[in-house]
Amino acid sequence: MRFSIYRYNPESGAKPSMQDYVLDTPPEGKMLLDAILALKDIDPTLSVRRSCREGVCGSDAMNINGQNGLACITPLADLKQPIELRPLPGLPVIRDLIVDLTQFYQQYRSIQPYLINHDPEPEIERLQSPAQRAELDGAYECILCACCSTACPSFWWNPDKFVGPAGLLQAYRFIADSRDQATNARLDDLEDPYRLFRCHGIMNCVEVCPKGLNPTEAIGNIKALLVNRTV
Amino acid sequence: MVKRIVSGARYGVKDWLVQRFTAVIMLIYTLALLGWLVMQRPVEYETWRALFGTAWIRYFTLLFAFSLFLHAWIGVRDILMDYVRSTRLRLPLQVATIVALLIYTMWAVNILWSVA
Repeated sequence: MRFSIYRYNPESGAKPSMQDYVLDTPPEGKMLLDAILALKDIDPTLSVRRSCREGVCGSDAMNINGQNGLACITPLADLKQPIELRPLPGLPVIRDLIVDLTQFYQQYRSIQPYLINHDPEPEIERLQSPAQRAELDGAYECILCACCSTACPSFWWNPDKFVGPAGLLQAYRFIADSRDQATNARLDDLEDPYRLFRCHGIMNCVEVCPKGLNPTEAIGNIKALLVNRTV
Repeated sequence: MVKRIVSGARYGVKDWLVQRFTAVIMLIYTLALLGWLVMQRPVEYETWRALFGTAWIRYFTLLFAFSLFLHAWIGVRDILMDYVRSTRLRLPLQVATIVALLIYTMWAVNILWSVA
């Protein structure tokens, strides 16, 4: 099993380069992460983030044969060899396959990803009808792995101003929440040529999302709400 | 001026709508003209001139040109916003785009109404 992996160590002063690896015995598991961990046993300097190894934490997002995805839920059998692994595109690389997600999280923070409700706190939960709860389907499942935002050219060009598909999907998750009372303030914040309208609907985000979510649809819903209150 | 990352210009919805509706107008015009060309084949110079001698095709073509220029303005502006990082350079380029599109509009009027 052959691999070509992006290596970069800023402390060494050397430029980033691709390093070839060969795994003679197939790893115990069937997923790409299993192979990467087997390689790490051979070469402990190979750096990668991972945690839950089952597609829930979003730590091991990387560029696999040119497409962003989670190594832990990518079956080895489906990959063409040599398997080319690179860090998520567009973000500063800390080391090897590890990127600095600060800009990504700043955009996430900017949409105020929490319920804003000025009513007195009830003694029990704030209740929703099953229909109201269903409006959150497809929006709340995001694990913030950054596969979508780092596949988006608009985010590559303007990571400091464009919220990005992940942040916008989360923005919609709170706009769509029947318990949230800040819908208009949220729309005010997004009505911006950079923050929202950098999205031109090329749907790279939909193609790479490991959870099968549709940020483009959520962005379309936000635009529809903006049109609704404009015309 | 201090260096700060600023956003929050509070516009974009209307531009987004304009780009969509101008696209529809251009599609209708293109299909209509293509349909006419297919039905008239082979198109002689005289039939072509007769078509553009009528008032409705002039207005329809002008509507197409307006749509194209509005559509192009938003598109070119977006490209400049993505690739030209300096405001000092971007603003003159955007103004130049508007001026060019206005000249094209007047030129289109001139061409359309010059057909005798």
